Amino acid sequence: MQIGVLALQGAFIEHEQMLSKLGVSSFEIRQKSDLDKPFDGLIIPGGESTVQGKLMHELEMFDSIKEVIDNGLPVFGTCAGLLLLAKEIENDDRLHLATMDITAVRNAYGRQLGSFYTEGEFKGIGKIPMTFIRAPYIKSVHGDAEILAEVDGKIVAAKQNNQLVTAFHPELNEDLSIHKYFIDMIANK
Amino acid sequence: MVNDRFELNKNLAQMLKGGVIMDVTTPEQAKIAEAAGACAVMALERIPADIRAAGGVSRMSDPKMIKGIQEAVSIPVMAKCRIGHFAEAQILQAIEIDYIDESEVLSPADDKYHIDKTAFDVPFVCGAKDLGEALRRINEGASMIRTKGEPGTGDVVQAVRHMRMMQAEIRRIGSMSEDELFDAAKELQVPYDLVQYVHENKKLPVVNFAAGGVATPADAALMMQLGAEGVFVGSGIFKSGNPEKRAAAIVKAVTNFTDAKLLAELSEDLGEAMVGINEQEIELLMAERGK
Repeated sequence: MQIGVLALQGAFIEHEQMLSKLGVSSFEIRQKSDLDKPFDGLIIPGGESTVQGKLMHELEMFDSIKEVIDNGLPVFGTCAGLLLLAKEIENDDRLHLATMDITAVRNAYGRQLGSFYTEGEFKGIGKIPMTFIRAPYIKSVHGDAEILAEVDGKIVAAKQNNQLVTAFHPELNEDLSIHKYFIDMIANK
Repeated sequence: MVNDRFELNKNLAQMLKGGVIMDVTTPEQAKIAEAAGACAVMALERIPADIRAAGGVSRMSDPKMIKGIQEAVSIPVMAKCRIGHFAEAQILQAIEIDYIDESEVLSPADDKYHIDKTAFDVPFVCGAKDLGEALRRINEGASMIRTKGEPGTGDVVQAVRHMRMMQAEIRRIGSMSEDELFDAAKELQVPYDLVQYVHENKKLPVVNFAAGGVATPADAALMMQLGAEGVFVGSGIFKSGNPEKRAAAIVKAVTNFTDAKLLAELSEDLGEAMVGINEQEIELLMAERGK
């Protein structure tokens, strides 16, 4: 199994380290030619969605990435990655890949003073650590998108077929269960 | 609880990695920076080149001006306070700034003590010339480090010197035997546990950016190849002929910093770079402020 990690900006190394702990190999996608390599899953990391979205276009990777996701490639987006996948962002008209039937709210907890850590229930896993950094949340899911975790009544993780998103950053804590969950999604595809 | 905030603040710096933080003085410039792909902006009244030209005492920016920039963009907004000026830092925290830069670019308010950054909930980034300075700032609570470089000069030589110095010292600590670390802590004037962290991990305990004198995509690529995890660009963008184009080119250079062919394309037709000042011509060395 080989995972491509979008490495345009943000916390991509942290995802690579989590995968390596699980014994899964990965490579960085920094430009168009990197997409020629075969990969079984894609991770879109935390960072700034505006930066990653813009670079995907300018480095001419946008259409290819959207296409592989539409064709069923398993994809996992954290924080900014969630925003890049959302079909609707309530407080921002800049949409990006727009492949997942969720309505997100950007910077939903405010500025850095609103960033927080908690532990919450994740469907099928149990209680896991959750770190929210200037995080979004999901206001609503549509179609066959499914809620996987809620914190204080706000949706913070969801899945729709091949797409998995979390508003929090599992790559910032020691717990490997969400990455394991994504690997299982790929294996059971 | 203090520890939790420190973790969350280090985490925000991790999200900025691989990105470019740009100095802006107006909401319009902030929007240009965001559209060009900045991962954060530094709100200040005058960019370092103008501070240098104007001389006199340089202070924290007007909170109203900072708020205007916070309203203009959705990316994180940073602002500078003077070294040791904890009241300015309190004000910046009150307007919910995302990151405070306790900066040598402004006139120092205290020639002995830095701010006790552990007393704050918002994160701090501080400049450093070498490993000792970096670890002292981290011990005071900084959750991100940048090279000091020499702000407002468009001359990258000092940023290179500071980054090389830090990396060389990290390699040296990394190769020491355990019993030598105690003396290294004494020599660097920092707590033993921080030296031990560097020894074990071969890196700083927080994210480390390059700053001070970066003016071209090639400068940014140079700093990234020397080990920077991201880049601050101050005067280099809005003191140049075509800020939009230069800003976007530097953003792409940071993402693909080892692809010389792409860097060549990015370096074409950028218009005039900021007029630089060589280090020998500088009267005021900002990097010597706060050690």
